[in-house]
Amino acid sequence: MKEIKQSKAMKFDTTYVPKGSNPVAKTIIYILLIIWSVINIFPIYFMFTFSLKSNEEIFGLNVAGLPRDWLWSNYASAMGTGNMGLYFVNSILVTGASIAISLIAALMATYAITRIKWRGSKLTNAFFMLGLTIPIQASIVPVYVVLSKLHWLNKYSTLIVPYSAFALSMAILICTGFMVEIPYDLDEAARIDGCGLWRTFFKIILPLMKPAYSTIGVYSYLQCWNEFMFANVFISDSQHRTLPVGIKALSGQHTTDWGPIGAALVIATFPTLIIYIILCKRIQESFIAGAVKG
Amino acid sequence: MAGQTSVSDLKKQRRRRDVVQGINIFLFLLPGLLLFVSILIAPIAVSVYRSMYDWNGFSEGTFIGLENYKELFTNGSIKFMVSLKNSLILAAFSVFVQLPMSLGLALILGRKPKGERFYLTVFFMPVLISTVVIGQLWLKIYNPDYGLLNTLLGVLHLDSWKHVWVGEVKTALGSIIVPTIWQYVGYHMLLMYAGVKGVSPDLREAAMLDGATAGQVDRYIVIPIIKPIIRVSVIFAVTGSLKTYDLVRILTEGGPFQTTEVPSTLLENMLFLRNRYGMGSTISVMLIILCFAFALLITAAFKEKET
Repeated sequence: MKEIKQSKAMKFDTTYVPKGSNPVAKTIIYILLIIWSVINIFPIYFMFTFSLKSNEEIFGLNVAGLPRDWLWSNYASAMGTGNMGLYFVNSILVTGASIAISLIAALMATYAITRIKWRGSKLTNAFFMLGLTIPIQASIVPVYVVLSKLHWLNKYSTLIVPYSAFALSMAILICTGFMVEIPYDLDEAARIDGCGLWRTFFKIILPLMKPAYSTIGVYSYLQCWNEFMFANVFISDSQHRTLPVGIKALSGQHTTDWGPIGAALVIATFPTLIIYIILCKRIQESFIAGAVKG
Repeated sequence: MAGQTSVSDLKKQRRRRDVVQGINIFLFLLPGLLLFVSILIAPIAVSVYRSMYDWNGFSEGTFIGLENYKELFTNGSIKFMVSLKNSLILAAFSVFVQLPMSLGLALILGRKPKGERFYLTVFFMPVLISTVVIGQLWLKIYNPDYGLLNTLLGVLHLDSWKHVWVGEVKTALGSIIVPTIWQYVGYHMLLMYAGVKGVSPDLREAAMLDGATAGQVDRYIVIPIIKPIIRVSVIFAVTGSLKTYDLVRILTEGGPFQTTEVPSTLLENMLFLRNRYGMGSTISVMLIILCFAFALLITAAFKEKET
C-alpha cells in the first residue's frame, strides 16, 4: 500500500508543473525568470565595471562594456580621500552593537512575556508590537532636540540606541515564534531541580534559542546597515559617518568623477553580497523562518 | 493556634514569592522597555504635544492648538498635500505592480523550476544593497549626458525619448518609483515564497488528481492559503511607501520645484531649513496616524474578502 502511494507521489512529482505543462508556457516562464535575473544582476555588474574606468571611458562609448584599463587607483582614492575604510568600520560597529543590544533585550522581554505566567503579559506583548507599525520618523524631532541639548550627537551611541529600539519589535515577534515552541515541561523540570527564573533563562532557554539568533540577526541587519535618515540627520562629523552617509558625502565631493564613486559603492556592497552568496541558503532560511514564525 | 500561624506563614510566603516574581518580570522587561519607551513612546508623546506649538526647537514656543494641522492641509507652500499624493502614488505602484510581480515570481519558484535556488538568490540580492548605493547607481543610469539610459536611447535612435530624468517634472517621480519597486520585489517574493513552500504537497496532488491545472492550483489553493502573508506584504508596502526617504533624498532632493517631496523630506526641511520644529512634529504625528490608519484599513479589507 505504502509503495503504491509512493509511486503515485513520484509520478505526480514528475508530471508536476512546469515539467509536464505545455512547452510554450514553460519556455515563457524560463524567459521571464532569465530576464528578471539579468535586470537584477546588471546594475551590480555596471557598478563594478564603472568603478574601474576613467571618465574618458565612461563618457566615451564604453558605458557598459568591460573596462579597457583596469583603474584600481579609483579604489585607492575611495579609501584615501573618500575614507570609505573608516565608514565601513563605523557601519560594522553600529550595526553589530545594535543587533547585539536588540537581541539581548528581545530575548529577555520575550522570556518574561511567554514563559512566566502573569496578568498583563499579553498586553505587554501588544505594546511592543506597536513598534512594527510606528514609522522611524515618528520620533526623530524630539530625539534630535534632546540629543542636541545633551550634546549627544555625533557619537556611535547616537545611532546604536535608536537602531536597537527600532529593531526590537521585530526581534520580539520572531523570538516569540521560536520560544513558544520550546516545551514548557523543561521549565517545570528545571524548577523542580531548584533552578530560579534567571538560571532557567541562561542555562536552558538561551542555548535552545540559538536557531533564532541568525533569523533575528538577518532582520536587524537589514534595518540597521542601510538606515539613512537617522544617520543623515544625527551625524554631521566625518569621524562617525556610516556607509550610506559617507557615500552621499563622497558623491558630493566627486560630482564629475565617477570612478571613485563606483569604487565606494563596490566597497559598501560587495562584502555583504559575498557573505550572502556564501551563506545564501542559511540567510534565506533565516529570513523565511522569520516570516513563518512571525 | 499552630495551624493558624502556618496558614498565615504560607500566605506570607506566597505573597513574598509573588513580589519576587514581579520584580523578576520587571527586570526581564527592563532593557526592552527602557529602549522602547525612551526612543519610541515618550518621543511620540512629545511629538503630539509639540505639534500644537509654534516652536523653533530651543525656546519655549507658543501654544497654538490645532493651527499646525490646519496649516498643513491648507497652506499650499508647505507642499504637504503634494507629498501625500506622491506617497500614495508610490503605494499604489507598490501594491498593484510590485506585489503582483513578487507573487508571480513566488508562485513560479514554488513550482520547482530548474535553478530554483539560483533565481531565489539573485532576486533577493537588491534587498541587501543599501538604498543609498542604489540611488547613486541609478543617478549614473539617469545622468542626462552620459547615463546608461540616454546612451541606450541614442544607440536605438530614439533621441526624442531622451530626458533629464530626475530633473524634469514629468519624469522625476517615475525615476524614483522604478528603483523603489525594483529593489523590494525580492523582499516580498521571499516572504510569499515561504508561504508557497508551506502549502502541503498532498493538497496540490489531490487537486491535480481532480484535474486542476497548475494555474488553477495556484489560484484556488495556494493563494488563499498564503493570504495572511499577502496581507502583511500589502501593509509593509503601503506603510513603507509612506515612510520613503532615502531614494528621494538621493535622486531628486524633492525637486524639481518640490514636485517629488514626500512627508519625510518635508519633515527634514522643517527642521533644518525652516526651523519649524512644531510643524515637523505635526508631520510626524500625521505619519503615525496614516500608518496605523492604513494598517487597520488593509486588515479590515482582507477580513471583508474572507467572509
